[in-house]
Amino acid sequence: MVLAADSMSLETRHLGFTISPHEECGVEEAVRLIEASGGESVVLTLGPIEAAEQLRDAMAIGIDRAIHLQTDGGEWDPESTAAAIVDAVGAEESASGPFDLIFFGNESADAGGFQVGLRVARGLGRPAVTGVKKVTVEGTSVRCEQEVDGGRDVYVVPMPAVVTVKEGLNLPRYPSVPGRMRAGRKPVAVSAPARTQARLELERLVVPAGQGRRAELLGSGPSAAPAVVEMMRRIGVA
Amino acid sequence: MVLVLVEHADGKAIDPSLQTLTAARSFGEAVHGLLIGSSVDLSAHGVAVAHVAQHASLDSFAPDAWAAIIVQLADRLKARAIFAAGTDRGNEVMARVAARMQLPLATNCTAVATGSPVTLTRQRWGGSLLEESALHSPRPLVTVAPHTVAIALYPAATTVEEFTPQLTEQELAVKVLERVSNKGGGVSLAEAKVVVSGGRGVGSKEGFAIIEDLASLLGGAVGCSRVVTSAGWRPHSDQVGQTGTKVSPELYIACGISGATQHMAGCRGAKRILAINADAEAPIMQNADYAVVGDLKEIVPAISAELRKSRAVHAPLPGPLPEGERG
Ligand SMILES: Cc1cc2nc3c(=O)[nH]c(=O)nc-3n(C[C@H](O)[C@H](O)[C@H](O)COP(=O)(O)OP(=O)(O)OC[C@H]3O[C@@H](n4cnc5c(N)ncnc54)[C@H](O)[C@@H]3O)c2cc1C
Repeated sequence: MVLAADSMSLETRHLGFTISPHEECGVEEAVRLIEASGGESVVLTLGPIEAAEQLRDAMAIGIDRAIHLQTDGGEWDPESTAAAIVDAVGAEESASGPFDLIFFGNESADAGGFQVGLRVARGLGRPAVTGVKKVTVEGTSVRCEQEVDGGRDVYVVPMPAVVTVKEGLNLPRYPSVPGRMRAGRKPVAVSAPARTQARLELERLVVPAGQGRRAELLGSGPSAAPAVVEMMRRIGVA
Repeated sequence: MVLVLVEHADGKAIDPSLQTLTAARSFGEAVHGLLIGSSVDLSAHGVAVAHVAQHASLDSFAPDAWAAIIVQLADRLKARAIFAAGTDRGNEVMARVAARMQLPLATNCTAVATGSPVTLTRQRWGGSLLEESALHSPRPLVTVAPHTVAIALYPAATTVEEFTPQLTEQELAVKVLERVSNKGGGVSLAEAKVVVSGGRGVGSKEGFAIIEDLASLLGGAVGCSRVVTSAGWRPHSDQVGQTGTKVSPELYIACGISGATQHMAGCRGAKRILAINADAEAPIMQNADYAVVGDLKEIVPAISAELRKSRAVHAPLPGPLPEGERG
């Protein structure tokens, strides 16, 4: 990983952006639920102007409309992020009625705080289940299967509810060309929430030391097989 | 004093919780442990008081109830800081505590130093990157990244106290109703001694036959990269990485995997890594101990054949023939 000159962010000039795996599954699940039972789905992100592209990606696979909480690109801490989402959801719900389900990724791919979804659930006064790999709507409740060591824990909570999901929940589809065309015409509501002073304050990013092991070459092609088996015997796995 | 949530299973505290007790001692204050449901011995880990929370409704995991217990006990004890292990449960419960107390939470820390503010190092990108931060909080809430702090024993005279929390119906609304066990089929990926993993280079679903063959010869498990699960060649339960399973085998064999940081986040715990890759310059070469350069479709079957051959040679000699059959 390469850091920017001030060590406060990653150098992203040569990187692309994408919806993270957990969130991609959340978007796919919302589309499937609406396809199966009708209703409306909305995608929300808090991020810089460029994040509009990921909102289009979500609408291209079937989400109906988007809410973009636009930032100046600086990093938001989990408390400010959750507060802005609680406000936005509150405003949206007083205009168009409550969301039965709100999906979050279990943790963000980059900062990995493991908390925004739970803070929003608390802010909205709704039950929340985390780490979910299977979602089934049963009448006015939702059944959630959470992955644990050796199996799955099952929860059933009344809706409206918050569910934080993990990759593996489903296999997200790729957007089609007509899907992309339709996405271009779907509405995006843009606003710019205010950020409060972060109480978990990032000072510097550091690339951990000691990751570079230089591989010992055991050979090239199939003729390396005896050297590989010899190594396996030496370390006691063959 | 500082309060530490101690998770336990089968009558023992789990290692990440013991690591957290060690980290919490760095605050230089008395350490109190909170055990939910039943007591375990913590006297080797510097715990002054072990609080055992008991309640008729705590027969299965109820995260809001656990958070309520922590808040009630911390308030009663005037805990200066609260710690938990950065396990799925530890992170979940502490996020609920943070939301209730309206305080910041630092998850998956690898180092914490007391002070005002508290200074800490925490993991990003599943541990591929570290962050140094200042935590400004009247009551620091911290989870400790599993297996980043070594357990240091510290004998103490631990007193055990019972704690009876007040729990509302709402706090018990989110509760595990049932545990569905995985169907026992083969070696578990997380616990396998050898993992043979395939990436895009394997080429197809059928291509995994040679990966499966080598894994079964070694008594190991099959893993894969995200490209493979996205293509539908393998189920997500086989995926190794930041958003898949974290593995820690004696030997991890990466076949046709480039070595993206998000993949390495899942196999960094391996004792040794063997990379089999057509590209001698692939990033995995900087993260592996051994390498074979070339086409995995030829190399993997050759290794399996060599293993079979060497086993035939090394196999124990047949015992003496019974009397009547001697030549
Ligand atoms: C937030 C986030 C989370 C992610 N989580 C994960 C995760 O959990 N796990 C994960 O794996 N990825 C994850 N990824 C994706 C990751 O960034 C990479 O895209 C992925 O790991 C690449 O998979 P790969 O190595 O199989 O494919 P590639 O990068 O395409 O590499 C294929 C390799 O195969 C070699 N090869 C090709 N043909 C042959 C042959 N015949 N013989 C030998 N070698 C051959 C090539 O030289 C190349 O090195 C995540 C990404 C993001 C953004």
